[in-house]
Amino acid sequence: MGQMITTDKINYHYNNNEKEVLALKEVSLDIKEGEFVVVIGHNGSGKSTFAKHLNALLLPSSGEVIVKGLNTKDEDKIWQIRQIAGMVFQNPDNQIVATIVEEDVAFGPENLGIAPEEIVKRVEEALRNVDMFEFRQKAPHMLSGGQKQRIAIAGVIAMRPDCIVLDEPTAMLDPSGRKEVINTIRKLNKEENITVVHITHFMEEAVDADRVIVMEEGNVILEGTPGEVFSQVEKLKALGLDVPQVTDLAHELIKEGINISKDILTVDEMVMKLCQLK
Amino acid sequence: MSIKIENLTHIYNPKSPFETIALDKINLDIQVGEFIGLIGHTGSGKSTLTQHLNGLLKPTTGKIFINGMDITDKSVKMTDIRKKVGLVFQYPEHQLFEETVYKDIAFGPMNLGLSEAEITIRVKEAMELVKLPYEGLIDRSPFELSGGQRRRVAIAGVLAMRPEVLILDEPTAGLDPKGRDEILSQIKELHNQMGNTVILVSHSMEDIAKLVDRIIVMHKGTVALIGTARNVFQQVEKLESIGLGIPQISYLMKKLKTIDPNFKDDIFTVEDAKEEILKWIRRRENA
Amino acid sequence: MLKDITIGQYYPTGSLLHRLDPRTKIIATFAIIAGLFIGINFISYGLVTLFIFACIFISKIPVRFLVKGLKPLRIIILITFLINIFMTSGEVIYSFGRFNITREGLYLGTFMAIRLALLVIGTSLLTLTTSPITLTDGIESLLKPFKKIGVPAHELAMMMTIALRFIPTLLEETDKIMKAQMARGADFESGNIINRAKGLVPLLVPLFISAFRRADELAMAMEARCYRGGENRTRMKQLNMTGVDFISLSIVGILLILLIYIRIIA
Repeated sequence: MGQMITTDKINYHYNNNEKEVLALKEVSLDIKEGEFVVVIGHNGSGKSTFAKHLNALLLPSSGEVIVKGLNTKDEDKIWQIRQIAGMVFQNPDNQIVATIVEEDVAFGPENLGIAPEEIVKRVEEALRNVDMFEFRQKAPHMLSGGQKQRIAIAGVIAMRPDCIVLDEPTAMLDPSGRKEVINTIRKLNKEENITVVHITHFMEEAVDADRVIVMEEGNVILEGTPGEVFSQVEKLKALGLDVPQVTDLAHELIKEGINISKDILTVDEMVMKLCQLK
Repeated sequence: MSIKIENLTHIYNPKSPFETIALDKINLDIQVGEFIGLIGHTGSGKSTLTQHLNGLLKPTTGKIFINGMDITDKSVKMTDIRKKVGLVFQYPEHQLFEETVYKDIAFGPMNLGLSEAEITIRVKEAMELVKLPYEGLIDRSPFELSGGQRRRVAIAGVLAMRPEVLILDEPTAGLDPKGRDEILSQIKELHNQMGNTVILVSHSMEDIAKLVDRIIVMHKGTVALIGTARNVFQQVEKLESIGLGIPQISYLMKKLKTIDPNFKDDIFTVEDAKEEILKWIRRRENA
Repeated sequence: MLKDITIGQYYPTGSLLHRLDPRTKIIATFAIIAGLFIGINFISYGLVTLFIFACIFISKIPVRFLVKGLKPLRIIILITFLINIFMTSGEVIYSFGRFNITREGLYLGTFMAIRLALLVIGTSLLTLTTSPITLTDGIESLLKPFKKIGVPAHELAMMMTIALRFIPTLLEETDKIMKAQMARGADFESGNIINRAKGLVPLLVPLFISAFRRADELAMAMEARCYRGGENRTRMKQLNMTGVDFISLSIVGILLILLIYIRIIA
């Protein structure tokens, strides 16, 4: 797999009430093509700031971000970078521009100067991809939160990106809306091979990622497969983050002297491992 | 403060093409001091119901009694209802508007016509309840606080009215796990301290299972299920059919029960699950 | 009252009139407005009325619906009518006290009332048959030639689109904040004007803050989707003048010429 995004020792600081705040500290990460990466951490941990660096909405104070060989500092490449790495934001209401669903999905391609016939094709394809084609003529404010987020995702994929960065797209949704959005991004990752960087604080959404990154105070403090990361129950709890209940249970059982693996994430795994106990 | 709801129906846009029945003949009894979890999907009627309890919406038909007083009666003064029932909306920090934290929390008590001295007492008390430092914050602008602090200021603004019934509409929406746990434990503590009736509206079974006395599940404008967490979680099929789930740990216990019928499956905390599994392991060792 | 106003509403029926190019409809509407001022007698107004009713028929919009749109304006129409009746000097046909009704006044009053009613129905017809977004596209396209003299056609259209997009969102938000403050005992309904204006502060401050936050986030989302103004931008929906558009414009043109002719010979 090739490199999708590389960040090399990025620092980011800004001024808040005359105080210098360091929001990112020496963050170096590689995101590979086709990977599904979940970044967790609580509010103010720097995860959103990090996300905005991946498509040049923010530029690092020092260090470099390379998106498919393009440096985000290179002003001539900025639009190319944003086409490669699309972004979906938290508030579903504040990222839909047009009054009709299909017009909104067309917004990105229109900005890229794509020919009208091609836009029509892309809009249809994108809407079918997120399973919202029958809503193409609806007004956005008539849709549910989950549906609006899927429109926002369609708006990004109509630009044919290689990578989508989602900045807490599920934070304002109810459980069913959350499920809709997660299933959509999973499908895009599997079937369209789009690289996904998903920022969230719901650990359920991280369980079947390829890689989980935990951020705290602008640092990457844990990184690995979901099993590797969530098995560090004590550390995550100390940070005020959740772990799956069964992982927590495995951890508690180990403390009681039961010989069970610590990286259990799902109910089925747990049942299987319990049955294998002698 | 007991709440009694009789045959409550609410129809939006009656006799128009947009007519929707938001509440359909709801009957409920809530006891004084009870801690209720109200759960259901967006559009299930939760918000419509809570707004009725505060007099913000009027029933199309039906009656609501709060400690015997019929709040749907036309002669009842709104301020009297608001003194009894406090309603914290979703994302309450969006309603902050004053220059200082003190003034914002004082807004409610002021509207009740309390004296300046009484207001100060109320503000202090409310801030203590949500664990905000009184001295350090009262002169600050609410807009320069962190998200979690702003939300607590907004909740304090309702607490300062000393409601006998407190309704919170998804008080943890958008918060991270740490912020969520803080707010929930403060609500629990506050309920223990004040002994008032609390209705907590939530999407998350995990969150409310540990806290509440009874769960009310709403679906399509009706009460689909009502009972203790233990009772409600028994009805997995029904919950799933209306698109709600039970905590992961409860699923685990149900699955284990299919392997060994001696497993108890009405469990929703990791602690209880651990005990059950340890017992099971010991049983097997002895056998 | 507010919901009776039909100007600005969209009433989709999929009729021929709905499918016309928005530019055709905008030009035609302006032509009809001009026609109403050129026409000087009942013959010319008869022609315009006939034309408008033909349009209503083609549009498949119930006449009742359009007439309902006149309701909020009936007072204005009535006042116009009365002022003209009493204020025009000429041959007195009836008088009571100091007021005289003249033949000329009666004529002018009726004339003005009809003009106003036709004006409202004509413009309503434009918005009723054209969705806001197509209307915006039409305006943008018609303003394009004026770009050279500094008319920001694209920017105006984008502003209109965003405004239309956010009106429902902000209305919903207003309702929510209002309820939240009412739950804290705020009173928006009673008291004198000054107290009421003061009472709006708890509503307006949060509303403005939220609107600014939304604007900020929307700007970032637009930038992330490569928005950089109107330059080099394409549109998914191309406006296309077809045969029907040219025929329609010809009919309107003929009507206008006829009206001018009647004015000259009269």
